Amino acid sequence: MAKPLIEIKGVRHAYQTQSGQLPVLDGLMLAVPEDGFCAVVGPSGCGKSTLTRLIAGLLKPDEGEVWLHGELVRGPKSIVGMAFQNPVMLEWRSVLQNVMLPLEIVTTRMSRREQEDRARHLLALVGLDGFEDKRPSELSGGMRQRASLCRAIVHQPEVLILDEPFAALDAFTREDLWQTMHAVKEKEPFTGVLITHDLREAIFLADEVVVLSGRPARTQYVMDVHLKGPRDIEHLYTPQTADALGILRHQIQIAQGRAPAEEAGP
Amino acid sequence: MNLRQVAVPVAALVIFGLCWEFLVWANGWPNYKMASPSDLWPSFWKFRWLFLEYGWDTLWRTVAGLVLAVLCGVFLGMVMGLSRTMRDALYPLLVGFNAIPKATVVPIIALLFVGQHDMNTILIAFLISFFPIAVSVSIGLSTLEPEYRDILASLGASRFTIFWKIALPKTLPEFFGALKVAVTLAFIGTNLMEIVEPHGRGLGHLFDSGKISADYPLMFAVLIALALMGILLYYVVVALERVFAGWAERAPT
Repeated sequence: MAKPLIEIKGVRHAYQTQSGQLPVLDGLMLAVPEDGFCAVVGPSGCGKSTLTRLIAGLLKPDEGEVWLHGELVRGPKSIVGMAFQNPVMLEWRSVLQNVMLPLEIVTTRMSRREQEDRARHLLALVGLDGFEDKRPSELSGGMRQRASLCRAIVHQPEVLILDEPFAALDAFTREDLWQTMHAVKEKEPFTGVLITHDLREAIFLADEVVVLSGRPARTQYVMDVHLKGPRDIEHLYTPQTADALGILRHQIQIAQGRAPAEEAGP
Repeated sequence: MNLRQVAVPVAALVIFGLCWEFLVWANGWPNYKMASPSDLWPSFWKFRWLFLEYGWDTLWRTVAGLVLAVLCGVFLGMVMGLSRTMRDALYPLLVGFNAIPKATVVPIIALLFVGQHDMNTILIAFLISFFPIAVSVSIGLSTLEPEYRDILASLGASRFTIFWKIALPKTLPEFFGALKVAVTLAFIGTNLMEIVEPHGRGLGHLFDSGKISADYPLMFAVLIALALMGILLYYVVVALERVFAGWAERAPT
């Protein structure tokens, strides 16, 4: 395996609360190779979102190191794109202007015209052509999430961080968006970290699934996904996938403390 | 704006006037108890130049107080919205200050700045109307979902950029909501000063003269003039809101 693009080494992070320190991450390890896509699953409140903020440089770990592309992360860097469960559209801008927002912050050599073309191209890629000049309030939840995805990759980030982007969508829209993700990844390669609560989503989208333990979270289990590259929904209904899901479900139960840990740790 | 949008409020005004007229007529109330709309026209006509002159005094001083309230209110709101410490420090002070009846502040201001009538009046209009602006701006800023900040912060945007591109426009609907309240409050402030400390200018003074000379229709006419000016200024704010925060208004479904 090549040198990982994202590398997290023994990260510890605690929040200061009124009743003292609340450690959320402790001894977390994670490595994602270039163009890899890693899904992180774990019990509720185990610090998955904290992990995304650490990778983005929005938080500093108390201990341990976060490396991106061979560089120690010390603060926010423009090589990161983020999308959240809440698509956070700026209601006073058109969909197109929303997608172009990161280009106003990141220094690019693109002209205004090229920026607009790139945003239009991405919107077409996720199936939002014809909606460029609409207000975000005129879009459905799934469409807003598609636009949010475009905004996260418009500046060609090296790392795409997805924090449960599909969690609030209905099942059919979610499956649509899973397939959109594969289409996007084929055309616009990125190295991704996906936080999710949905084990099927993790297997369908990622190359590698990392299970975090309960709080304080450490890396409990790492699974190499048997599916490679773009895949069809049908692949979710094969015996191999069922086996993989069974293993992950069991690992989550261990993490929740509902099953004995006979073989804890990777 | 179509015919319906104009006709409905105008019709409501006419119906209100008719009901008022009927109520006075049916009860046989004399002028000193309750003037009827038909008594007001002579008053308006008789004092038409004073109404224009004093109306202008009241209007510009109210607007000046309001502009001051917007500037200070937005600044205070920003300080409280962006810093938790400042919010904890300033909120009790502001609430306490706002709880003081402004009528009691009028003599203090009048003594502080003897003879500075314009400034005194503007000051009271400002003092009475900045509070809702400060509170709503601070709430708008402090309740900004962290994701909004993160999409820009993760790209290395400065705090100012985040404020300018996201926090400020996102707070505009709350700001205009508060400004609508502040407009009417500012009128109360201006007139408070003009009535409690009469200095020969403004509609408040005209009201006071009506009281002294027992000209009851004049007093009612002043009230109606104030109401009309309040409506005028309110719709100026509504127009500004359309321009700057029109996106917040959803299309009727």
